[in-house]
Amino acid sequence: MSKQKHTLYRFHGGLHLPDNKSQSLKLPLEQVALPKQLIIPLQQHIGESAEPLVKVGDHVLKGDMLAKPQGYVSAPVHASSSGTVVAIEAQPIPHPSGLRADCVVIETDGKETWGNQLEPMPDYREVDPSLVRERIRNAGIVGMGGAAFPASVKLTPGQENPIHTLIINGAECEPYITCDDLLMQTQAEKILLGVDIIRRLVGAERCLFGIEDNKPKAIEQIQLAVNEAGFDWISVIAIPTLYPSGGEKQLIKVLTDQEIPSGSIPAKIGMLCHNVTTAFAIAEAVVDGKPLISRYVTVTGNGVRQPRNLEALIGTPVAALIAQAGGYTDQVTKLIVGGPMMGFTLTTDQVPVTKATNCLLAADSHEAPDPGPALPCIRCGRCADACPANLLPQQMYWYARAKDLEKVQEYNLFDCIECGCCSHVCPSHIPLVQYFRFAKTESWAQEKEQRAAERARQRHEAQLARKERLEAERKAKLRKKKEALKKPVRKQPDSDVAGAEADPKKAAIAAALKRAAEKKAKLAEQGIAPKNQANLSDSQQKAIDRADQRRTENQTDAVTSEKQGE
Amino acid sequence: MRFTTITSPHSDRPNSVRKTMLLVILALMPGAAAMIWFFGWGILINMLLASVTAVACEALAMRLRKRPVLPVVGDFSAVLTALLFAVAVPPLLPWWLTVLGVAFAILMVKQIYGGLGYNPFNPAMAAYVLLLVSYPVQMTSWLPPAMLNEYPLTFLQSASVIFTGALPDGLDWDTLTMATPLDAMFTQLDQSRMLSEILTQPLWGDFGGRGWEWAGNWFLLGGLFLLYKRVISWHIPVSMLGSLLVIAMLFHFLDQEAYPFGMFHIFTGGTLLGAFFIATDPVSACTTRKGQLLYGASIGLLVFIIRTWGGYPDAVAFAVLLMNMAAPTIDYYTQPRAFGHPGAGRD
Repeated sequence: MSKQKHTLYRFHGGLHLPDNKSQSLKLPLEQVALPKQLIIPLQQHIGESAEPLVKVGDHVLKGDMLAKPQGYVSAPVHASSSGTVVAIEAQPIPHPSGLRADCVVIETDGKETWGNQLEPMPDYREVDPSLVRERIRNAGIVGMGGAAFPASVKLTPGQENPIHTLIINGAECEPYITCDDLLMQTQAEKILLGVDIIRRLVGAERCLFGIEDNKPKAIEQIQLAVNEAGFDWISVIAIPTLYPSGGEKQLIKVLTDQEIPSGSIPAKIGMLCHNVTTAFAIAEAVVDGKPLISRYVTVTGNGVRQPRNLEALIGTPVAALIAQAGGYTDQVTKLIVGGPMMGFTLTTDQVPVTKATNCLLAADSHEAPDPGPALPCIRCGRCADACPANLLPQQMYWYARAKDLEKVQEYNLFDCIECGCCSHVCPSHIPLVQYFRFAKTESWAQEKEQRAAERARQRHEAQLARKERLEAERKAKLRKKKEALKKPVRKQPDSDVAGAEADPKKAAIAAALKRAAEKKAKLAEQGIAPKNQANLSDSQQKAIDRADQRRTENQTDAVTSEKQGE
Repeated sequence: MRFTTITSPHSDRPNSVRKTMLLVILALMPGAAAMIWFFGWGILINMLLASVTAVACEALAMRLRKRPVLPVVGDFSAVLTALLFAVAVPPLLPWWLTVLGVAFAILMVKQIYGGLGYNPFNPAMAAYVLLLVSYPVQMTSWLPPAMLNEYPLTFLQSASVIFTGALPDGLDWDTLTMATPLDAMFTQLDQSRMLSEILTQPLWGDFGGRGWEWAGNWFLLGGLFLLYKRVISWHIPVSMLGSLLVIAMLFHFLDQEAYPFGMFHIFTGGTLLGAFFIATDPVSACTTRKGQLLYGASIGLLVFIIRTWGGYPDAVAFAVLLMNMAAPTIDYYTQPRAFGHPGAGRD
């Protein structure tokens, strides 16, 4: 099978950069010697940090899970070698912030004893896809092109966007970096196994395997492996060397002329993009049962004596890699993780290699000079010419500087991929990308603030509403009570019962009088008369009658007067 | 070991403002040399005088603004402004007008808005227009090109005229100077003379005014060098020259005796200098590609309109300044469609 002709497309902008790749390809790949300590960060991926399963003092074996994923977008981390956990604490990690993060520190025992390895699945074609997916998740595989997004998440496509095209990213467009190149040269068959696994998991019909044409050996090896495996659904495509062709969006544009809609992912247009190293790691995990505990790292730049590629265990201190590359030269001024265009600088080499560490660039002052003071923008438009997202960086810069976040978003700030092309070409040496990062961070902060303010407002309004409701209820109750009290005043009681109902005092008096009368009548019935009323004289009897009458009258008056006085 | 940290990218930057300005100055030299060749030492004296004035004004402004002087003077933008002004004004312009013009350009057009990058107008053209409307006689007193000049002045004589105003014995301004080709052309056309008749005069070469067409050639060469070096893009010069050429040819086709042919407009006056060195001034021009096409084409159209029906013979400065005003608005309405966005952008 010969190379198929594939139409290529062009994205706007981009730069031809001196690629500086040959330096690190002169020496063969080498293993980094087992370090005394492995420092394994709990979070080496985008998403939730992993949750430790071990405690200080535990003895762990190579490949043991040290921490399990927490949440869906998360990945476990594994012991890269056997030894004893001596600490679980915050350690310096390779991160642009320079902040520390929780790491499991293993004192290695030098035995490299494997623990309970995952079951190899050489017959992955027969295995249920959900088991394969679970395996990839349990192996802690993340996107190894730099973004470190948990791979298993990307391998679980939604129903609404079926994947028809798998894109394998072998572009490696950043200058200096050669670890993917070397991997493709030496591990082509295994990479293709990984590609096959991915294709089966997502149900893609075809695969476009893009490699920049400055890697002829890699292209040859991959093509050879494709022919050998008979994978006629893979097209190996040499793409022009133009930074940033290795950007997911740019690569898809070059290979298919399709643009991922702004703010969306490739799945939206039925595509899935994975890096070659990720495919390799997937094959190792599925076919060999090896979790992600090592990776290829390019150590290069004028700042090291013997630039080369090294296979390093995750957690190996950067200093050990530098030492294995012959140590620093006298000219070294900066230590960069990643490439010169998008990488970030480290303050110290006492940080570990993580799953996302693809390159250590020890640069001298010519390779990575201090930019010097920025001059005013002369609106030359070179940034716009170079921008692969077809943005207007100078306008965005203007509004970012003025902190007019709304305006800078109107100029599509969030389509900026921070590739650094604009900063690179700016004759005034304005750190444009830094302004855009600043504007993005400010926008996120503002959005967060707005959400918080919105919640506070809603809470406040709910509180006000509750207060109003309580007040209204209280008033309604009072009004009801008043109305209830007012009713009997308007009409005089027309019977004792009615009166009694209305006034307990009067009722009590009436009841007492009634009881007295009944008692009297009862006694009279029985022919019993009170002794003190027996044998009364007429005058006495009359006096008693008058007193009775007066009493009755008084009581009625009292009740009436009390009512009227209310 | 501790390393210095900065944000990406960490690459060696290929461009700088100073390099850009020096390239433009370099590209200007063939045309400037041709101007000196055809119009005498006065041009060179003006270039020197203007440069010194510009640097002095820039330094003064930075001192007044309490900013570091050297990095700003060292970017060569003031020198470039001075040189562009000097090749645009007459060779024997009195020294104080050159000083006045350049001081106005640097202090009032550039620094008062905040210096390089902030000026809405092209400083050299604003100064040119200021002098043209204020001192029309001095600003239109051009020497004849070398091949027609009966009284070529030596360097010292030129300097003497410029700095003292004293003409060499036996000469007066009327014998020394003559109308520019553009002035001659449109004055005579206004007098209803036929184009074929006007063109028999010795003032004309193959395309435009004698001498002028050659200076234009060398400015064109410098412009091509800037295009090759990617200091400027093709959009503004091509659209400006294209629109001027097309509309001039159209009118010439309609009335061959009343409207000069297309190439006349290109190779006479400041058209080529304007197309490659003035209209392309990044600070005051449009920055979007579509905007640049519109901007350039509008300048070409305005040049034709002002030359043909306006009061001033040469129109490049006016056209550029008018379009400077429109540039921000044009930019706003010609934003490119960002990657992954539907449709043809915000229109």
